[in-house]
Amino acid sequence: MGKYILKRVLLMFLTMFIIMTMSFILIKLLPLPAVREMGRDVNLILAKREKMGYNKPILVQYYLFLKNIITEWDWGVGEQMYEGLNVWNVMMQKLPYTVLVNLYSILLAIPLGLAFGIYAALKKNKWQDHLISTLVMIFISVPNYVYAFLIQYFLCFRLGWFPLQLESLSKAGSLFSWKMFSSMLPAVFSLGFSTVASLTRYTRAELSEVLTGDYMLLARTKGLTKAQAISRHALRNAMVVILPMIIGEFIGILGGSLIIENIFGIPGVGSLYITSINVRDYNFFMAMSMFYTFIGLASGIVNDISYGLIDPRIRMGSKK
Amino acid sequence: MMNEQRIPEIPAEKFRFIQQDEKIHDERIKTKPIGYFKDAWLRFVRNKSAVVAFVLIILLVLFAVIVPFISDYDVNFRSGYYKTMQPKSRLFAGLGFWDGGRQENLNLDSYNAVRAIGTETGRNVIMRENRVYTDAKGVEYHDVKVDSYYRVGFAYLNLTPEEYRKLKDYQDQTGIQVIYPLSRTYNIDFLQGNAGANYWYQLTNEASTSTGTPALDENGEPIPNYLTSPEKDKAGYDSLRVSWDNGGEDGNTWLVYAQKNQSGYRVRVDYYEYFRYIYGQEPCFLFGTNGYGQDILTCLAAGARLSFLLAISVSLINFVIGGVYGAVEGYYGGAVDMVMERVSDILYDVPFMVVATLFQLHLAQKVGVLPSLLFAFVLTGWVGMAARVRMQFYRFKGHEYVLAARTLGASDRRLIFKHIYPNSLGTIITGSVLAIPGVIFTESMLSYLHIINLETSSLTSIGTLLAAGQGYLSTYPHIIFFPALFISILMISFNLFGNGLRDAFNPSLRGAED
Repeated sequence: MGKYILKRVLLMFLTMFIIMTMSFILIKLLPLPAVREMGRDVNLILAKREKMGYNKPILVQYYLFLKNIITEWDWGVGEQMYEGLNVWNVMMQKLPYTVLVNLYSILLAIPLGLAFGIYAALKKNKWQDHLISTLVMIFISVPNYVYAFLIQYFLCFRLGWFPLQLESLSKAGSLFSWKMFSSMLPAVFSLGFSTVASLTRYTRAELSEVLTGDYMLLARTKGLTKAQAISRHALRNAMVVILPMIIGEFIGILGGSLIIENIFGIPGVGSLYITSINVRDYNFFMAMSMFYTFIGLASGIVNDISYGLIDPRIRMGSKK
Repeated sequence: MMNEQRIPEIPAEKFRFIQQDEKIHDERIKTKPIGYFKDAWLRFVRNKSAVVAFVLIILLVLFAVIVPFISDYDVNFRSGYYKTMQPKSRLFAGLGFWDGGRQENLNLDSYNAVRAIGTETGRNVIMRENRVYTDAKGVEYHDVKVDSYYRVGFAYLNLTPEEYRKLKDYQDQTGIQVIYPLSRTYNIDFLQGNAGANYWYQLTNEASTSTGTPALDENGEPIPNYLTSPEKDKAGYDSLRVSWDNGGEDGNTWLVYAQKNQSGYRVRVDYYEYFRYIYGQEPCFLFGTNGYGQDILTCLAAGARLSFLLAISVSLINFVIGGVYGAVEGYYGGAVDMVMERVSDILYDVPFMVVATLFQLHLAQKVGVLPSLLFAFVLTGWVGMAARVRMQFYRFKGHEYVLAARTLGASDRRLIFKHIYPNSLGTIITGSVLAIPGVIFTESMLSYLHIINLETSSLTSIGTLLAAGQGYLSTYPHIIFFPALFISILMISFNLFGNGLRDAFNPSLRGAED
């Protein structure tokens, strides 16, 4: 198991290194954007560029870039946005917004998704199941920005339950104040719909397959009530597949949703990424691309490993 | 011994050959054979939701293909005056909905201004008066339904002598009043566009800070405030005149319809009729117009056409690349598979945003926005397809029929394309179809976020339309409603259709529903 994890992690870093190299070279091939005049920071940025060897060959630049990351964890400074500020620090400032919104939406979605899924599986092929399946189909297909528009129009504008955009930190007091929480809710709901739907679908499919197993019959025969049999045997077995998916979602909360953050004005990493692309700030773009690559790879690994941890029948990395 | 005794003696002449003149063969199977695709088709048509989704997709495709041809406007069309118009259908206009009407709460000044437009043109701008109320501050409001088209009212235009002459000819021929008398205005802000063209009456305050409060006569009606002249045909105007222009009591107070300036003539036109004069028909936008004055119907169809074209080409290219790549991986296995799988692993892990952005930055200048987006989709898109094909090949290559074909001397190519491919085709087609909504969604997201800009004179995309409507979400929700509805139906249909295909191509479900 340990060996398998080590192998996967090493492979992950290799993949990241290759992607980073390709991205770096492709970015360096682009013309270097001029530093905007804005007083004292220009000199800082120019000095930084000199230090990073911007007029040397690309491979030397890449060496310096890697050296800075490994020795000082320095991803450069903002050139077109947040001028002169350390890229990594800015990202870390933005991260709490993204994490909170996504965390709330998952915490909301998991119980709902599981409940609907279990209910549909128990009522399989009855009208309740058909209703839930149809709704799941619709909610999975409709793009999440459509929910965002609907929620923004009806809940925020028409009914006035929530503010149209996220409250600013200075107004709300703190990230965890009630005001901040309620202004996050529209985004939380918009993100939640599709998560609830996909979790419902997964749970229903897994549970209804498990319920037909022979051991379920045995459990009933030995005298367990239906509720006991389902909670002790069926659900546990279904969880083998459902839990890794939930764990994968948790890793994904770091990434967030670009479009939802844009619509509700959430100053998270997604908005930062979009801005960095639009204003062509390559330092931010590079760092954040790596961030997203890392999230993707890490959630894949955690997902695979969690199968092994949850299900004792699966042995990781064994030859046979 | 005993058996021989039991059989009675049969004389030789009693025997005859029954098939002496006939050819011996097995009986032919009378029923028609059900092939792979026929079988899938039978299962597909039984899935009602998939069939409905398929029909919907066809309708949406037809919408995207046909509408740009029959539409009265093109993507390039931007009306400077008819912005944020409500949807209006000629068919339903009389029934009180889909008639271009909009619910508005107007204060007294706006209410009078809106009503005055109707007084002059003879078209009722106010469709329905719901109620009059006073708010907490004591300000009177009118809750009314206003015709958003009629509300535009008048505009000041500068016409060249040629255009001026043609417009006059048009008036003479049709008898429709387009040019209205100029109003006497002292407000410099009101000389161009339609900012002040609707004020044909006296204001209580004519200064540039005017709030537009009309000076009403004792009957509560606005007092006309037209430019007058003793000449009847001032600035060469010899065409139709409005009914209240009768030379006045002294017989030589004529209203002025045009003013000569450096480039031509300045006139005040009823924009509704002017639109009809220019475009040959009354303004009527089935889905309304957005904040740029674009016809949403046409733009939506054009955007949908782009999305379909992009998604289908991506899907086809991925089908070919992924198919060949996966086939080679799966068929040869071993070291070839190892190496190729690592390559596709790395490509799979590159976030799409990174690819799309880098391609935009590098290629958009050279080959155009759309091709570079297509490349971006293809670069990472085929990996999923390749994985699917590889799985299928691993599944089928060990089967006995493949071994038999190989024993008979079939080449690798023949085995791949003749024997294994047809068997895995169902899964591959399903994968291709299910990839289409993903492409459409991603494209709309990227153009919504302005990461790609597909907007040109003849192109637009659903994402761009959504972005154009977002600022108007609270005031004019119809701008975002139609594109959002369209893409939602599209996504639901494609997913249903894809699921139906998946079930249809899955022979293990044969007879499962019976």
